[in-house]
Amino acid sequence: MSISTIGAPHEDLFDRRPLSFDRRLKRNRINRVLTGVAGMFATIAIIPLVLVLFYVLVQGGSLISLSLFTELPPPPGLDGGGIGNAVVGTLVVTLVAALVAIPVGVGGGIYLSEYSMGGWFARFVRFGNDVLAGVPSIICGVFVYGAIVATRILFDRSYSALAGGLALAVLMLPTVIKTTDEGLKLVPQELRWGAYGVGASRFVTIVRITLPSAFTPIATGVVLAIARAAGETAPLIFTALFSPFWPESLLSPIATMSVLIFNFAIMPYEAQNALAWAASFVLVVMILIANLLARWFSSFAQR
Amino acid sequence: MTTDSSNDAFTLRRRPPLERFLDTGFRQLTLALASVVALLLLGIFLTIAEGAHEAIGTFGAGFLVSSAWDPVNNQYGALVAIYGTMVSSLLALAIAVPLGVGTAIFITEDLIPTRLRSAIGLMVELLAAIPSVVLGLWAIFVMEPAIRPALELLHRLLGWTPFFDTIPQGPGMAPAILILVVMILPIITAISRDALNQVPLELRQAAYGIGSTRWGAIFNIILPAAISAIVGGVMLSLGRAMGETMAVTMIIGNSLNFSFSLLAPGNTISAMLANQFGEASGIQVSALMYAALVLMVLTFIVNVLAQMLVRRFSLRY
Repeated sequence: MSISTIGAPHEDLFDRRPLSFDRRLKRNRINRVLTGVAGMFATIAIIPLVLVLFYVLVQGGSLISLSLFTELPPPPGLDGGGIGNAVVGTLVVTLVAALVAIPVGVGGGIYLSEYSMGGWFARFVRFGNDVLAGVPSIICGVFVYGAIVATRILFDRSYSALAGGLALAVLMLPTVIKTTDEGLKLVPQELRWGAYGVGASRFVTIVRITLPSAFTPIATGVVLAIARAAGETAPLIFTALFSPFWPESLLSPIATMSVLIFNFAIMPYEAQNALAWAASFVLVVMILIANLLARWFSSFAQR
Repeated sequence: MTTDSSNDAFTLRRRPPLERFLDTGFRQLTLALASVVALLLLGIFLTIAEGAHEAIGTFGAGFLVSSAWDPVNNQYGALVAIYGTMVSSLLALAIAVPLGVGTAIFITEDLIPTRLRSAIGLMVELLAAIPSVVLGLWAIFVMEPAIRPALELLHRLLGWTPFFDTIPQGPGMAPAILILVVMILPIITAISRDALNQVPLELRQAAYGIGSTRWGAIFNIILPAAISAIVGGVMLSLGRAMGETMAVTMIIGNSLNFSFSLLAPGNTISAMLANQFGEASGIQVSALMYAALVLMVLTFIVNVLAQMLVRRFSLRY
């Protein structure tokens, strides 16, 4: 092909067949197969959720009644009863964890985002926070057992609701720090400059300007962390232990729904197994509501 | 700028002591709270190392390769649990990675309408929110009876290999692996989805512009661009799988005997801790702490590698 073909019809230069999609081409057939495979994978991925939710709602939902929340679990072998003490226990232990982890986590996050100038200490704390987030939850339980339960350091008590709450707090802390740190980083620098410009001190700027404007992402992260902690079992088995009675104090063993599920699921009694399903129902509904709440929170941030 | 002191529009005000105290005090307070993380990490390591001290002195490195776990004669070795931890988490990963990455591609690459995409994404994220103990309950009463015929078929077909040479009788390694897949699938999907979403639109447009098919673009352009973050996410979920406790404890069978068979009951370090820690005494506690130390070091290595991977190879667009 030479310069002289310019102006002439170049049938030889271009493929003049119409540009249309040909389903039978090998590349398009491969394309379809792979799309089908990906769709199949996605279906497989959501099947467990559907099945778990279905069984929890059906098996557990049928047992929901008022007495479930007002009665104690029955002794092994007997029917009836409820999980009232475990519901209260889960609320208590999670509350203790939140009361410890939120102030510490938000404070630590403020330091990382607002005060540290990216020095070695901040880098070390961020790295340590990521490591702490990866520590298995059972290790948190072993740690609190070794540090608090075995040493009887808290008012000379061994197993206690307080110890369980602290174990959950260790678990929540990395999430709270991370979301605070990242949430504060999203606050526009101009807001801080504006506050300094009108003469606000650093403390006032953070408490009155920066922290409120980062409220939404921080609240989202905190709610998610609480929801996750409420369902945790491993750190509680040998810190909060279990109790067949109503909670007495923060310093005695306490029943929680997650430990109740674990204990009652492996018992050979049908009444206990049924209560495990009922507790799963209550726990899952609580956690799903918290998750949807967090999602609702974060939809504000995107507006 | 004026030096006229009578002009009080700009006055230099000396900050009152209270204000200065608040300012520095708050800074010191947040510094102290940030150091809690470091102290906790140190505390966790020291507490467990201190607890394991006695067992390390007694059993030494032989603990890692001995399969004896005999509370009566006080002979302890964690081989069964370490082997179970590694096998269950690695096999779960092998199943979950294709599923998770495939799902992530399906919901990022514009293969289906946006609403369906976000619905699938939401469902996978909600799966991550289900407590592991509830999954364990479901595994005991629903999943394990349902898959037992399939496992029996596996035994009949492949029973001549050491990996399937026992008859499935309820709890065992295979159901534990499946429940681990369910647990780590949402993590892999979420991280892969974020990684794929960060691949710039221009790369896709360029690929389609030169006539690539969608899957040609995915395999040759988009996945390579996102691979480092995906590998990091896979490592993170490996760490999660190794430390996962409740669901595995409830379905793995907690056997103390070594077996290659995936259909036989097994054990993991975390399951052993969950089962025995409450009732242990004497050197058994120390041996369990030793096992916990092993688990902690394993997850630490995996997590640090994951973070290094993500940090070192993350492409900045």
